[in-house]
Amino acid sequence: MPAHATAHALASGSDRSRADGQAAAGSHAAQQRSRRDARHDAWFRLALQGCALLVLASLLGAALSTLWGGRQILLHDTMGFLTSSQWNPVTGQYGALAPVFGTLVTSCIALLLAAPVSFGIAFFLTEIAPAWLRGPVAGAIELLASIPSIIYGMWGLFVFVPFMASIEPTLSNTLGRLPVVGTLFQGPPLGLGLLTAGVVLAVMIVPFITAIMREAFQSVPLRLKESAHALGSTSWEVVWNIVLPYTRQAVVGGLFLGLGRALGETMAVTFVLGNSYAIGYSLLMPGTTISSAIANEFNEAVGNHRSALIALGFLLFVVTFVVLLCARLMLRQLAKHGDAR
Amino acid sequence: MNPSFRRTLQCLSMAAAFVLGARGAQAADITGAGSSFVYPLISKWSASYADKTGHRINYQSIGSGGGMAQIKAGTVDFGASDMPLDEATLKQYGLGQFPDAIGGIVPALNVEGVAPGQLLLDGNTLADIFLGRITRWNDAAILALNPGLDLPAANITVVHRSDGSGTSYHFTHYLSKVSSAWNASVGAGSTVQWPGGIGGKGNEGVAAYVRQIPHSIGYVEYAYARKNHIAHARLRNAAGTAVEPNMASFQAAAASADWDNSPHFSLLMLDAPGSDAWPITAASWVIMPVQPKNAANHAVALDFFEWAYTHGQDQARTLDYVPLPESLVTRIRTYWKSRFQR
Repeated sequence: MPAHATAHALASGSDRSRADGQAAAGSHAAQQRSRRDARHDAWFRLALQGCALLVLASLLGAALSTLWGGRQILLHDTMGFLTSSQWNPVTGQYGALAPVFGTLVTSCIALLLAAPVSFGIAFFLTEIAPAWLRGPVAGAIELLASIPSIIYGMWGLFVFVPFMASIEPTLSNTLGRLPVVGTLFQGPPLGLGLLTAGVVLAVMIVPFITAIMREAFQSVPLRLKESAHALGSTSWEVVWNIVLPYTRQAVVGGLFLGLGRALGETMAVTFVLGNSYAIGYSLLMPGTTISSAIANEFNEAVGNHRSALIALGFLLFVVTFVVLLCARLMLRQLAKHGDAR
Repeated sequence: MNPSFRRTLQCLSMAAAFVLGARGAQAADITGAGSSFVYPLISKWSASYADKTGHRINYQSIGSGGGMAQIKAGTVDFGASDMPLDEATLKQYGLGQFPDAIGGIVPALNVEGVAPGQLLLDGNTLADIFLGRITRWNDAAILALNPGLDLPAANITVVHRSDGSGTSYHFTHYLSKVSSAWNASVGAGSTVQWPGGIGGKGNEGVAAYVRQIPHSIGYVEYAYARKNHIAHARLRNAAGTAVEPNMASFQAAAASADWDNSPHFSLLMLDAPGSDAWPITAASWVIMPVQPKNAANHAVALDFFEWAYTHGQDQARTLDYVPLPESLVTRIRTYWKSRFQR
C-alpha cells in the first residue's frame, strides 16, 4: 500500500495517529499498531467521558430526586416554604428560612475565621518555616482533614462548649457594649450557638484551605520570588505582591471548597448549635442549619414532614450552587482587576 | 493438587457444612425494624432466643417512622414504634399492635443545691416552664410546690430533644394533656415547634446540655438518667400524690391505665389514674400484619414475644426497662388469639 493511501485511511483519526501513520508507512506491522493505538485512544477517550458524565449524572440525579421527594411541600406552598420562618410539624407549617439563615451565618463565620488562619499557616510553611519543620506540620494538617466530623462534634460538645460558656460573659461585657456590633454578642452564655458552631466549622475547614493554599504557594516560580527579594522586598511584600496575585485563582478556589464543606457539614454542627428554629441578631443564640435539621428529624418524619425535609435538601443544593456561582463571578472580577493592574 | 491447597479446601467445605447445618431446616430469620428505644432490649432478647431456639431475630433500629413505613409496606415481619397507630390506620393496612416494653420519662435538672428527687413539680408547672411562662427557679408556682427548698433567682434554660423521638412524643402528649395552654399553643408530636430553649440530639445530647448549663431543665428516658446519675424531679400525679420515678411507679401506671377501652392498646399511659402511678410513663409497640406474607415467620415472631414476656423480663430489668404487668400480658395473649389466629 502506498504511503499516501495509508495516510488517507487514517485521516479520520487524530492528528497524532495520522502523524504516526505517516511515519510507519510501508510497514504492515507498524500500520496495524498505529490502528490499534488509535482504537485505544478512542476507548480511553470514551472511558474518560464516561467518568465525567457519571459525575454530572449523579449530581443531576441527586438534585432531581430531592426535588421530586420534596414536591408535596414545594407544590403545596412554595412561597411559604421559602419565606416563612415557622417550622411546626404539629400544624404542618414548614418554612425553611431559619435553617437557611443558620447555614449561611455559621458558614460565613467559619470562612471569616478560617481564611486568615489558613493563609498564615500556608505562608509560614512555604516561606518562613525551616525545611525540617515543613514536612511534619504539613502532615499534621492533612491528618486533621481526615478526622471524622462526629469527633469534632463530640469535642465541640464536651470541651469547646463549656469553654465558650466560660468566655461568653466576657464577650457580652466587652464586645456586647459596642454600639453597632454589640447586638451580635448579647445573649445568655450557654456556650452553644451560631458563634460556637462557626468556630468548630472553622477548625474543620482550615486543613482543606491550608492544603490547597500551600500547594498553590509552592507552585510560584522561584525566580519571581527571588527577583522580588533581590529588589529589597520583605517576606510579607513578596507574599502579598507576588505570591498571592500569582496564585489568586487557586486561593479563592480553596476558600470556596472550604465554604462548600462548611455549608454541608452536619454532625459537628448539630452538637453545638442548639438546634432551635430561630432567627436572631445575636451570634450567641442557638440556631439550626439545613443539614442538621435533616439529620435530626428525618428518622421520625412521615408524610409532609418528610417531604419538607427532602425539599430542604434540595434547597441546600440551590444555596451551594448560588454560593459557588458567586465565587465564579468574584474570580472573574478579580481576574479583570488583575489584568487592569 | 498440592497438599496444602487440598487442606484449605477441606477446611472450607467443613466450614460451609457447618454454616449450612446451623441454618438448618427449621431455623428462621425474622426481620424487624423501627424504634430505637427498644433496640437494646430486642437485641439482648434475640441473642438469648437464638441460643434457645436457633431462630434469629434481625432488628434494625431505624426509628419509629421508618418501622411504621416498613411494616405498612410489608417488607419486615414486625415493626416497632414508640407511637401507637390508631384503629383506623390498623384497619386500613390490616395490622395489629401490642406493647412490648415500658419506660419512664423523667425531668432532668441542674440546679445548684437541689439533690436528685428533691424538687417536686406538677404537670401545669412543668408545662409553664417549657412554655417559657415560668422563667426563674424561684417563681411562686415552683416555691409553692417546694416549701422549704432554697431555690436560686436564676433564669431557667429549657433543653429539649432536637431529633424526632418517641420520648418527645410522650412528653409533649403529657404536657398537652395536663396544660390547656400547651395544647393550644404547641401541641404534641415527635417533633414540635418548641417555644424556646435549646435542642440536644438524643438522650445523650439533652443530658450533656443539662449537665453543662447551670439552672437548666430537660427530659430524658429514665434508664438514661439512672445510668448517668442525672438529678431528676419528682412529679405530682393525677391522684395528687408526689411520686418518684422507678419501676414500681411505671408499673403502677401501666396497670392503672384504661386498657378496657382501647382494644388495640393504642393508649398512652400518661397522667394515669393510679395513686402511685408515674405520670409520664411511655410504652413501645410491636406492629404486625394480620394476614402475613410469610406465616411461618409470623408464628416465630409471636413465639419470640411470648418467650420475651415469660423469660425475658429479668433481662429487661437489667437494662432498666419495665416489665409489663401480668394483667397486661394476659390481655395481650387474648388479643393475639383474636387478632392473629395463631
